[in-house]
Amino acid sequence: MNTVFYMSAIIAVASTAMVIMERKAVHALLYLIVSLLAVAVIFFVLGAPFMAALEVLIYAGAIMVLFVFVMMLLNLGGAAAGQERQWLHARAWSGPGILAAVLLAEVVYVLTCAGWPKPTGGVVEPRQVGAALFGPYVLGVELASLVLLAALLGAYHLGRRAAHEPGGP
Amino acid sequence: MATVPVEHALMLAGILFALGVLGVMVRRNVVFTLMCIEIMLNASGLAFVVAGWRWGQADGQVMFFFILTMAASEVSVGLALVLQLYRHFRTLDVDAADKMRG
Amino acid sequence: MLELLWLIPALPFAGFLVLALCGRRLSRVSVAAVGTASVGMSAVAAAVVTASLVAAPPAGNAWTQVLWQWVGAAGFGPRIALYLDPLAAVMSLVVSVVGFLILLYSVQFMAGDEGYSRFFCYMDLFVGSMLTLVMAGDLLLLYLGWEGVGLCSYLLIGFWYVDPANGRAARKAFIVTRIGDAAMAAGLLLLFTNLGSSDIQALMQRASQQWGGGSGLAVAAAALLLGGALGKSAQLPLQTWLPDAMAGPTPVSALIHAATMVTAGVYLLARTHVLFALAPPVQTAVAVIGAVTLLYAGFAALAQSDIKRVLAYSTISQIGYMFLALGVGAWSAAIFHLMTHAFFKSLLFLGAGVVILGLNREHNMFRMGGLRKELPGTFLAFVIAAASLSALPLVTAGFYSKDAILSSAWASQAGGRWLCAAGLVGALLTSLYSFRMVFLTFFGELRQRPRLRPGLCIIIPLAALSVLSIVGGFAQTPRALGNVRAFSSFLNGVLPSALPAHEATGTEAALGVLAGGASILGLVFAYYLFLHRPQCVEGWTATAAGAWLRRLWLAGWGFDWAYDRLFVRPFLCVARVNRADFIDSFSRAVVRANVAAHTALRRTQTGRVRWYAMAIVMGAVVGIWILVR
Repeated sequence: MNTVFYMSAIIAVASTAMVIMERKAVHALLYLIVSLLAVAVIFFVLGAPFMAALEVLIYAGAIMVLFVFVMMLLNLGGAAAGQERQWLHARAWSGPGILAAVLLAEVVYVLTCAGWPKPTGGVVEPRQVGAALFGPYVLGVELASLVLLAALLGAYHLGRRAAHEPGGP
Repeated sequence: MATVPVEHALMLAGILFALGVLGVMVRRNVVFTLMCIEIMLNASGLAFVVAGWRWGQADGQVMFFFILTMAASEVSVGLALVLQLYRHFRTLDVDAADKMRG
Repeated sequence: MLELLWLIPALPFAGFLVLALCGRRLSRVSVAAVGTASVGMSAVAAAVVTASLVAAPPAGNAWTQVLWQWVGAAGFGPRIALYLDPLAAVMSLVVSVVGFLILLYSVQFMAGDEGYSRFFCYMDLFVGSMLTLVMAGDLLLLYLGWEGVGLCSYLLIGFWYVDPANGRAARKAFIVTRIGDAAMAAGLLLLFTNLGSSDIQALMQRASQQWGGGSGLAVAAAALLLGGALGKSAQLPLQTWLPDAMAGPTPVSALIHAATMVTAGVYLLARTHVLFALAPPVQTAVAVIGAVTLLYAGFAALAQSDIKRVLAYSTISQIGYMFLALGVGAWSAAIFHLMTHAFFKSLLFLGAGVVILGLNREHNMFRMGGLRKELPGTFLAFVIAAASLSALPLVTAGFYSKDAILSSAWASQAGGRWLCAAGLVGALLTSLYSFRMVFLTFFGELRQRPRLRPGLCIIIPLAALSVLSIVGGFAQTPRALGNVRAFSSFLNGVLPSALPAHEATGTEAALGVLAGGASILGLVFAYYLFLHRPQCVEGWTATAAGAWLRRLWLAGWGFDWAYDRLFVRPFLCVARVNRADFIDSFSRAVVRANVAAHTALRRTQTGRVRWYAMAIVMGAVVGIWILVR
């Protein structure tokens, strides 16, 4: 089980790195899907099967598909890739690279200083998650539904084509 | 189930998060920016699930559930905005929308 | 009668308030009525109070009416207190009666002016302030009145403010008197801090008890008060403002710069005479300044061509006489001359005003002439006033008052002979220039026909003042001529004479003859030089020395030129050098630093999302670092 964890971890990190460095948008999306699947495997290994399923279904299945549809709507073509080549030169990576590295270093430092006890292990059943959702966290569930409603209305309104627009996305 | 040390799992979440942050700061294409935001959200969700696994409780997963919901709504609104941005500026360069400068 | 005291200053103030608040909306008749009636009623009140003071004098020969406590700090408690003793009674009568007559005159004089209500408003304020000054029982209240008359002088000199020259004259008057006022304020503070009270009578009492004759503090306080008096009364060296103050309307010159405000200095010195008696050096200085000033102004008046400037220098000269009297200790003689001077000088100004207005604002005497047939009443009044000014013997009030001063000067110990000689020369000069004025204006050929018919409002004041200019002198006559001592005995308790009461009658009579002779001689010279054979004067002024003298005297002995070089130009130079205002640069530096910081910070607002994301990450990095530390 530990090896599965480490292998999925490597796959996740590698494909995420490819996402941020890739020039073509659709390819990046595919790499991102791979990364999400790897994380889903990690969830399963860590005893959260329900979450693993949700990761695949919703994150990789719905959200990424939404991205793909938008790319399709935009219909950019090859000019976008050329533009990306222009934008992504080595100097553009230096500053943010240093900052991100410092941030990571701090996080690693925080994690390694304190001593962590051994994890309890074991699977947390979906039944437990469901009981928690409709037990102590029921208010959160209701609020989540409100957020979704708001997002629905917002996306509908913002995505509308204006009346005077001649057509095309 | 795995008996990986908790620090390692959390470090994985940290690495993924750092990569997402790097992507937000570097990429000029707005769709890529949104993707990197998704990476960051995913990484923080992973951290929560790891915490839930460490304690053996459902709370971590419940948090990830909410993060997932929020990510979904945010993406839908964000992509609608991307469409509007494209219609207005005819480009996906996020630096084109800098009227708030000065 | 004590209850009426507050009405005397309050009525003109009430008139001022009414006119200030709704003067624009009232008709001309109402404005004139309010303006003159308020002062008129004040005059009536003053007369009533004085009459009862004479008939039934209260304890200490003075009434004090405390209106309220002004300041109630520990150890400093000035009160709004009115004090009426014979001196204050004389002064308030002079101010209110002469003020009323001049305001009556202004009803017709200022009739064509569009600032009509403003004029009466300011004049009422002036009369109220002047009455406060003379009736003040507290030195701080006196200072309030002092400042009030200074303000009104500024407002009224610059009355026709559209012409910037008038504003300059008003500013000059204000600034020069301010120098004196600053000295006076310092003197007030000195008196108060050392003697612990600001009530005038208490101060005088404590001064005579605590300070010996000639003590440093007494000399300092007296010198500072003298500085204030010099400014207000236009004596050397602060006299440069008065000739230029003639830019104001003629009634203003008559009231403020002849009869009342310029005599405030004389009143102050008389009121605090106890202090001056304790400081002999200062008192001698007063006499010397008076003597020098009267000669200075006499020569200057001789060369003027503007009729009002002649009268201005004449005022400076006559106040010099009053200072001379104060300096030798003849306090009541000074006040007597103050009273008669108020009558004949304001009459001279009013007459000159009729001429000026009739000739359409012509001031130059050399463009006037032959007006005695055209304006007979004015001519008569003017001649009476000029005669009184010249102290023509026996029939004029000026003769008796000037004679009183001269005989006191003769009898004084410190250099009295020289002072008296100066006074006699001055009398000759006075007669010379005043009849020069009469002959140039009213005799000779008629150059311009006046188009003014003086109405009742002008005739009544002229007539009243003419009568007073003749009759007013009979209150105090020398021993040889009836020995009337009404005036000095009225003021005796307040202003004791420091001089021996019984000097030789012969000396007094001789002085009287000399003085009368000097004035008649002046009249004769004036007739010869300016009417009979004017070519003589023209011949003298054609020579180099004569022309230079004439220019010197015309410019008031060059004082304006000297002050300009000594004070004004260096000040302007420093102001020009400090144009960028060194002190201000500190506050400007704050502004500049702010703007620089703002500009620097503005560059972080690039409007780009990635930049802001980077800022957030930097913040997170720093935040975590702080937490982890």
